[in-house]
Amino acid sequence: MNAADNAMIRLDGVAKTFVMHLRGGATLPVLMGVTFEVRAGECAVLDGPSGAGKSSILKMIFGNYRADAGTIMVRDARQWVDIASAPPRRVLHLRRSTIGYVSQFLRTIPRVGALDIVAASARDNGIEPAKAKARAAELLDRLNIPEKLWQLPPSTFSGGEQQRINIARGFAATHPILLLDEPTASLDRRNRAAVINFIRERKLGGAALLGTFHDEDVKQQVCDRCIDVTNFRA
Amino acid sequence: MTAARAGSESPLLTAEGLTKHYGARLGCADVSLEIYPGEVLAVVGESGSGKSTLLSLLSTQMRPSSGSIRYRMRDDVMRDLFELGEAERRFLLRTDWGFVHQDARLGLRIGVSAGGNVGERLMAVGWRNYGRIRQEAVDWLARVEIDADRIDDTPATFSGGMRQRLQIAKNMVTSPRLVFMDEPTGGLDVSVQARLLDLLRGLVADYGLAAIIVTHDLAVARLLSHRLMVMRRGRVIETGLTDQVLDDPREPYTQLLVSSDLRG
Repeated sequence: MNAADNAMIRLDGVAKTFVMHLRGGATLPVLMGVTFEVRAGECAVLDGPSGAGKSSILKMIFGNYRADAGTIMVRDARQWVDIASAPPRRVLHLRRSTIGYVSQFLRTIPRVGALDIVAASARDNGIEPAKAKARAAELLDRLNIPEKLWQLPPSTFSGGEQQRINIARGFAATHPILLLDEPTASLDRRNRAAVINFIRERKLGGAALLGTFHDEDVKQQVCDRCIDVTNFRA
Repeated sequence: MTAARAGSESPLLTAEGLTKHYGARLGCADVSLEIYPGEVLAVVGESGSGKSTLLSLLSTQMRPSSGSIRYRMRDDVMRDLFELGEAERRFLLRTDWGFVHQDARLGLRIGVSAGGNVGERLMAVGWRNYGRIRQEAVDWLARVEIDADRIDDTPATFSGGMRQRLQIAKNMVTSPRLVFMDEPTGGLDVSVQARLLDLLRGLVADYGLAAIIVTHDLAVARLLSHRLMVMRRGRVIETGLTDQVLDDPREPYTQLLVSSDLRG
């Protein structure tokens, strides 16, 4: 089978070095020659010890970190776009239409309620308002967020609740590419199981998923293919 | 946050090589930028970086020593701003643009009622019916969360946060396509800032506004803007997606700014 047929993400020769000017210009080479593909309908997992650059790879694909070398091609409908060189407007457009990202931390917006935050993510992705709201409610419910909290801004929530709002936001949209940065870290068993189900549903829906999972058990359950990041050590 | 609207593929404003000298002193040098409909650009830097000079040039309050600014008028034609006639320029300032000052007293008439401040801008564009003007003022005061029963009070009796919200209502009433903001949350208490930021964020998204926001507050830039420009000593030293510049700053000065920002 021709792998290129259903590839959604394709990295080639990607490198990342941090230059810390406040520490006398110290350079911290992290990644070099990062080359792999992620295909539609699979969940690929970035593997490697902490500090190996797993999170940096996800952030470069999302356009949140810059790549110093190489290309980061993502498929936007029938077109391939190089995130590493795309103008900011293009990247913002891709974040709405194509690439979702679930991080460990939620940047809360003052005064916007949890349900609205989650629904907004679906609306930005082109889902019509009523459906977006229903989808948001379903996700919050499956993540065991009590309904009495739905209208409240998450800035007052516990860390664990905020994390679940963020997860709901990431899964509310139906981006064909989904990046998962430790989505299950510090979740209890019940909510971990919910996230595993979300991932399975997105895979069945044909999305390409790429993630990092601290939790060995979760990794076993969702991973189709491991990518060893230590191969790309700079 | 809601991103610039798709389909708006030509820029609203284009500046090229903007340079301003004050005698021998440099205001800003060789600044070029584009802004698209619905896009929010934040310009950050400390005092003296040239960011306020840039805002004055872009909003035609000052002429550049060299360089040009072109703007897409409502008839879709790109025009050189410094070749506009006085009537056209007035139309921009009074209708198609807004300007939110850090000091609300510069943007408001402090002895005129809140309703009068908002209504004035409508009258300037030809509204004559008192009832309709007042109704529009009431609507806009509500949208910026000022109680209707304060409509006849003057902003002299308002708190800092309320004055700032009134200034925003006054600007928004003519449905501008581009709003310039100079430190819109400067000098306000943190809790008041949060409310104002949330309001601005909503307005920008709901009305598809383009905005150029000058601020030294990175939290303001992060919350409101799509793109970020970092200025130092009159020059643009770094530019890009807001979250990219803030999370992966490249220039020494940008790294210093980000690491000095307590709120992250």
